[in-house]
Amino acid sequence: MTMAALPPDWPGGFWLHWGVFVVVIFVFVMATIMGFIWFERRAMAIMQARLGPNRAGPFGVLQPVADGIKVMLKEDIVPAKGDKVVHWLAPVVAFVPALMIFAVVPFQGGAILADLNIGILYIVAISSVTTVGVFMAGWASNNKYSLLGAMRQVASVVSYEIPVVLSIVGVVLLAGSLSMQQIVMAQDIPFILLQPLGFLLFFIGALAEINRAPFDLMEADSEIVAGFHTEYSGMKFALFYLVEYGEALAISAIVTTLFLGGWRGPLLLPWLWFLIKVILVFFVIVWIRTTVPRIRIDQLMALAWKFLFPLALINLIITAVEILVWPAGSLWVLVPINIAVMIVLVLLWSRFFKLGWGKVEV
Amino acid sequence: MKFERYGIGIAKGLSVTIRHLLRRPVTTQYPEQRLNTSRRIRGNELIWDREKCTGCATCAKTCPQGVIHIVTSVSIEENKYKVEKFEVDTGYCIFCGLCVEACPYEALFMGYAYERARYRRGELVLAEEGLLASDERKPSGYAHPEIAATLPKQTLLLDKDRGKR
Amino acid sequence: MVIKTEPFVVNIGPAHPSTHGVFRMRTTLDGEVIVDMEPVFGYLHRGIEKLAEERTYTGCIPLTDRLDYLASMSNNLAYCLAVEKLAGIPVPERAEYIRVIMAELQRIASHLIAVGSFLNDCGAFMTPILYMIREREKILDLFEMVCGQRLTYNYMRVGGVSQDIPDEFLPALDKFLKEMPGWIDEYDRLLKENEILLARSKGVGILPRELAVNTSASGPVFRASGVKWDIRRADPYSIYDRFEFDIPTGSVGDCYDRYRVRIEEMQQSLRILKQAMEQLPKGEVRSDVPHLIRPPVGEAYGHIEAPKGELGFYLVSDNSIAPYRFHVRAPTLINLTALRDMMVGWKVADLIIIFGSIDICMGEVDR
Repeated sequence: MTMAALPPDWPGGFWLHWGVFVVVIFVFVMATIMGFIWFERRAMAIMQARLGPNRAGPFGVLQPVADGIKVMLKEDIVPAKGDKVVHWLAPVVAFVPALMIFAVVPFQGGAILADLNIGILYIVAISSVTTVGVFMAGWASNNKYSLLGAMRQVASVVSYEIPVVLSIVGVVLLAGSLSMQQIVMAQDIPFILLQPLGFLLFFIGALAEINRAPFDLMEADSEIVAGFHTEYSGMKFALFYLVEYGEALAISAIVTTLFLGGWRGPLLLPWLWFLIKVILVFFVIVWIRTTVPRIRIDQLMALAWKFLFPLALINLIITAVEILVWPAGSLWVLVPINIAVMIVLVLLWSRFFKLGWGKVEV
Repeated sequence: MKFERYGIGIAKGLSVTIRHLLRRPVTTQYPEQRLNTSRRIRGNELIWDREKCTGCATCAKTCPQGVIHIVTSVSIEENKYKVEKFEVDTGYCIFCGLCVEACPYEALFMGYAYERARYRRGELVLAEEGLLASDERKPSGYAHPEIAATLPKQTLLLDKDRGKR
Repeated sequence: MVIKTEPFVVNIGPAHPSTHGVFRMRTTLDGEVIVDMEPVFGYLHRGIEKLAEERTYTGCIPLTDRLDYLASMSNNLAYCLAVEKLAGIPVPERAEYIRVIMAELQRIASHLIAVGSFLNDCGAFMTPILYMIREREKILDLFEMVCGQRLTYNYMRVGGVSQDIPDEFLPALDKFLKEMPGWIDEYDRLLKENEILLARSKGVGILPRELAVNTSASGPVFRASGVKWDIRRADPYSIYDRFEFDIPTGSVGDCYDRYRVRIEEMQQSLRILKQAMEQLPKGEVRSDVPHLIRPPVGEAYGHIEAPKGELGFYLVSDNSIAPYRFHVRAPTLINLTALRDMMVGWKVADLIIIFGSIDICMGEVDR
């Protein structure tokens, strides 16, 4: 299968390419987020023996639109003792980076806004900016629940960046490039097979970074009401809501690109393959959310530092050694080795965990 | 306590939720889809039978909320009490059904309907004419087995939940 | 540089998603750790004990429905037992069996909500509680069939029950009994061995045996601490001495034990129901009781093993048609006594699940 290494000869030069793609990506991302909101609610409802939204439009697909209209008509409430400027700025700071991630996501060969040669590094950098917005929201609300939620968010993102980045490095080693395009093209074997442990660590870490269950304790509704966006209403709340799903979409897209072979696949159109894989990953996220309870903040930290971090390091070392000693050989040989390594390591590390700890003497 | 479970429990849980994709939802879409209520439903609003009522006021004495008001006068020609006023403030009624059970002449019934919301509180106070049975206001079988036998059978979720799609 | 830190006070409740009503916990937090906790209640006080003093003995039954509104049948039963003790009223055989059937169905329904909302508090987003509400709905259908209401049943009467069960009740109950073990298995598959749930609830919020006895806790909370104490066995009321069932107990007294005890109690209730259904005799369901009961001067205490613990009604009669004194021993209020001891030192997230594992109902706590 031959593919263009760089964006194809786009008629009209750089600025036209830029303008068209910004509009297309924005529309695509917004439409997909809407679709995902509907998809999550429906899939979750069916798994919970309910129906889910089914009134607005056929099968309720227009429900997110209706929600959007409702939310725009709502009163915008700012706490009297809150920091008004920061309170206003926070949703924007959170929302923009979530959207900027899509600049480097390759939807198919060449269909990419900017094929940065440091694509994945850019994603890692830009996605952490959202946390600043979240912390601003928690601080500016002048609400104890909001502050607790924001603190949890900062703590978890700081911890989970490390295993996530380390597991990305494994992929980069195999692909030999930081460019998202090149990473996809390097995947003659999807990296989920070559990097099973890396995939597991990345997926867990990513779930924690985007606040999805079982790591949704920044907005744990049963504990701290709604976390950092307790004091938000109207369009500002909607922006946080969009951030949540935008990040979920971004993570699904990144997992697809890094581990599932991006747009590559037989028979179907490339962008269709990409979409199918993204929806599949998102379904897994929803499925996990439907099933598992939430973990506690200290357990979250313990998982990051005692489980994910050492395993990510070991994974990195093993990958590096493999590439060093087996530079030209068939990569298929590595698949069973890596899967075996993953099973052994996960079983081994699980033995270190105990139950019933966490009480503090007061 | 040692903890060596390796994610088996989570996998089991995931298998349960995924299997529900193939199971039929149990939701009833209420305004369009209605289930038959129980034959003995203690539905909205009392139904009063003027002919059978003797004005003995047992119901008023039994009512724990004290919402039934009866005023009677003695009618010497007919040699019986005449009910001048029979008024129920259904806004205070808790639908316990004790009055229906207590009525010695079987002149009171619970209603079979369940959606009788009103816009004003005043409309909740029902007097003689408003309490009689009509097509809209059917009596239910509560404490009246003979009426219960004529009503449609209750739909049970037990029968409705048929598992696989 | 030394950063000055100080504990801060958070009011959890009275309007909070997981305080199960209008309960308020004035919590002092040091970061995420609970330093101190003071429960505040009374937001749902309706003066039921006083209201009952000016109602007839029969008129009090609807009031008891509104105590623990998730287990109205049990409340009815406890109150009727107390009045029957006070006035010496016999109960027909068939009515006793119907009462047992209703009380055990109610226990299952109440435990379903208890376990479901506990798991929901743990963060399992709505799934367990929706599965459990589905089964509870089937029980409510059965209740609706016999008494015409789904929440405030008002079914039991002094000296029996208000009316006989309809013909279609027993087949439906039979079907339910056949289905239910499968559903309980499903709940167990869903979360019993879930690693996250184990990590969250094992060893968390331990109520030691000593403390449990000293605070006179009862019900599943008490039994989870390892005490084999069940009023159905300890002081058999109604006809419970005729049935075979076990009393499930926990070992440590943590949140997980409380959850398991409730699930196992549901299985035992199914056993009792099966036996009661087979033995159900024919006959009257209500003994001849005067319309206005005037018990002789005296006092009586009727107690049962309600789903949430020992529910007792203490009645004093002055030979009038209304009780002179009407006191409720609400199990959940007394189970809350040890709340602070269970919570201090744990995190905010644990506070919620410890509280959820006690299974309170504010209608009963505040009365």
